[in-house]
Amino acid sequence: MSGRYLLQKLARAVLTIIVIVLLNFLLFRAMPGSPARIASHHPGVTQAAIDQLAARWGLDKPLIPDQLVAYVNATLTGDFGLSYQFRGEPVTEVIGDRFWPTMILIGLGELFAIIIGLALGAYAGWRRGSAVDRVGGGISLVLYSMPYFVIGMPLIIVFAAGLGWFPTSGMFDAGATYASGLDQLLDFAHHLVLPLTTVTLGLVGAYSILMRSAIMETRSEDYITTARAKGLTDGRVLRTHAFPNALLPMVTIIAIDLGYVVAGAITAEVVFNWPGIGTLTVDALQARDYPVLQGIFLLLSFTVVLANLVADLVYGFLDPRVRV
Amino acid sequence: MTVQDAATLRARRQWPMPKQAVPGAPLLEVEDLSVRFRMPGGPSVKAVDGVSFRLEDGEAMGLAGESGCGKTTTALSLVRLLPANGRISSGSVRLFGIDLVPKTERQMARYRWREISMVFQGAMNALNPVKRVGDQIAEPIEIRLGQPRGAAQKRAAELLDLVGIPEKRASAYPHELSGGMRQRAMIAMALACDPALVIGDEPTTALDVMVQAQILALLERLRRDLGLSLMLITHDLSVIAETCDRVMIMYAGRVAEEGPVRRLFSAPRHPYTAKLLSSFPNIRADRRTLDTIPGSPPDLRKPPPGCRFAPRCAHAMPVCTEEAPTEVRFADGVRVACHLFPPGAQGVVASGVAASGIGGGLVRAAALPSAGGRP
Repeated sequence: MSGRYLLQKLARAVLTIIVIVLLNFLLFRAMPGSPARIASHHPGVTQAAIDQLAARWGLDKPLIPDQLVAYVNATLTGDFGLSYQFRGEPVTEVIGDRFWPTMILIGLGELFAIIIGLALGAYAGWRRGSAVDRVGGGISLVLYSMPYFVIGMPLIIVFAAGLGWFPTSGMFDAGATYASGLDQLLDFAHHLVLPLTTVTLGLVGAYSILMRSAIMETRSEDYITTARAKGLTDGRVLRTHAFPNALLPMVTIIAIDLGYVVAGAITAEVVFNWPGIGTLTVDALQARDYPVLQGIFLLLSFTVVLANLVADLVYGFLDPRVRV
Repeated sequence: MTVQDAATLRARRQWPMPKQAVPGAPLLEVEDLSVRFRMPGGPSVKAVDGVSFRLEDGEAMGLAGESGCGKTTTALSLVRLLPANGRISSGSVRLFGIDLVPKTERQMARYRWREISMVFQGAMNALNPVKRVGDQIAEPIEIRLGQPRGAAQKRAAELLDLVGIPEKRASAYPHELSGGMRQRAMIAMALACDPALVIGDEPTTALDVMVQAQILALLERLRRDLGLSLMLITHDLSVIAETCDRVMIMYAGRVAEEGPVRRLFSAPRHPYTAKLLSSFPNIRADRRTLDTIPGSPPDLRKPPPGCRFAPRCAHAMPVCTEEAPTEVRFADGVRVACHLFPPGAQGVVASGVAASGIGGGLVRAAALPSAGGRP
């Protein structure tokens, strides 16, 4: 990979982030309600605190340049303001607390879905019309069309409420005390099973369907005929020639999907009351907690841009043709 | 090629003959080969119908005909690389006397590349775009011949050198090579396992004339140096004239005419061969409008009864549309399937025997109807 390619992609990512920061600034200034009005709904917020807020963000000065400069300065130093909803806790801390539960849930879900989906899709596409293709294809399509809460609800009804194997919601047992770290980890894992299954099932359909068509397209390429003519076994042709090539278009799709890891989690998290970014978004919306929302929006955009950058770099590494 | 030559060539093989090889059997003997393609919601296509031919060690045979006449299907069915809807419906393909048609996929893999390798048209698509050419050449050496990686890589570099590509280009990706270089790399790859037969499926079609000439010269040199047996599929009759010992003309899935290149090109017997030759420019002849063949090849889902060329043939007789012509063999080694040459006609030495060897004496077929010769 040449340095120029790397620089080009990096520059594009940085530029995108700058635009996003500006849009984020404008969006929340355009929304109805001012800090003063919202704070007045919360008893216990003194006029002094409101005045302090206005002074800090330059709210009594013009939007551009004063408010913008104040916002950009604060954002650059990692200061996203204070949450209204959580008694003035800094936004970074509020989001930080909720970040890892989401990363673990959706990250693991993506990982399992990618492994299972790509394997299933590759096999189904390679053996088109086989039992695996027909059954797997049908299940994939059904799962693909189901939102997380439709997958999650029956799981809760059967495995949590019915059989009682898993807890219905949360990340830890309420008020539990743990003898050791391992104990706590086990409780966490116990709570993780159902939400993780839901996320995995929700993602696996799309990956398997896309991989199937990618493999089918690759299968008719001339170099696959060459590989077969070389007397390589069917499995080897699939593993060493068809799969790596079919993976190329998948890299972009997966990366874009990974960008929505956080955003996509909302319904899954709400169903299981998982204390992640998703539930935080819903809570912040309901409470008109603009600073927190602003922080979340920035985080979401950032993950999308980052995921795309990673996709470009991985693609450049996998496909020699783009190494310009 | 005499038997003596075949023995010499086989003695030069780097790898032992297949265990089931029949001693004295020719390199390749195809008999009455038919291939059908299943079509969704309709009759199947008889892409190849009763094709027979024979190839001796060290011999080069050209396979020519219009698009869709079954040249490529014939070649692909030798190693059973037909598309999923294609199937050999009858006939035999005997390599060293071993019939490959009843072989299972696993057994078949033993013969691919080690005995019969292929050079495809447009090596850009035939080479894997994300693998280095050296690795692609080394792959069959490593996997099929069980050579260690280092030795396979070394051999791959030698092969590249043999086809005129600097060894250090082994680390290049296909898109980093020119069209001619890619085709050379493809040829190097075809030679990787020291095969008994190399099939070239339009190996020069996608190249410009200068590069085409280089590739043909390369094939010629490899044939001479390595004693390669070659089957060359092409539209380009001049390529066959330059490179091959014998030529087989196919029309609508059947053999129209087959024989030594010189005989067939100087005195074509089948009206289709004559038309095909006259629709090709001759650099030494006067400028003239090229001949075309009116009409188009028949629909192979419902081939016409009788001779398939009859509807387009200037010499068609009533019998042509009723009965399929029998293949007859002339003393000069040419065989023809045309009603103009019925069994027992002057010069005909045998009929209905397709894959037999070339006849002995030079009994020139005397009376050639107007179909013969170039206009």
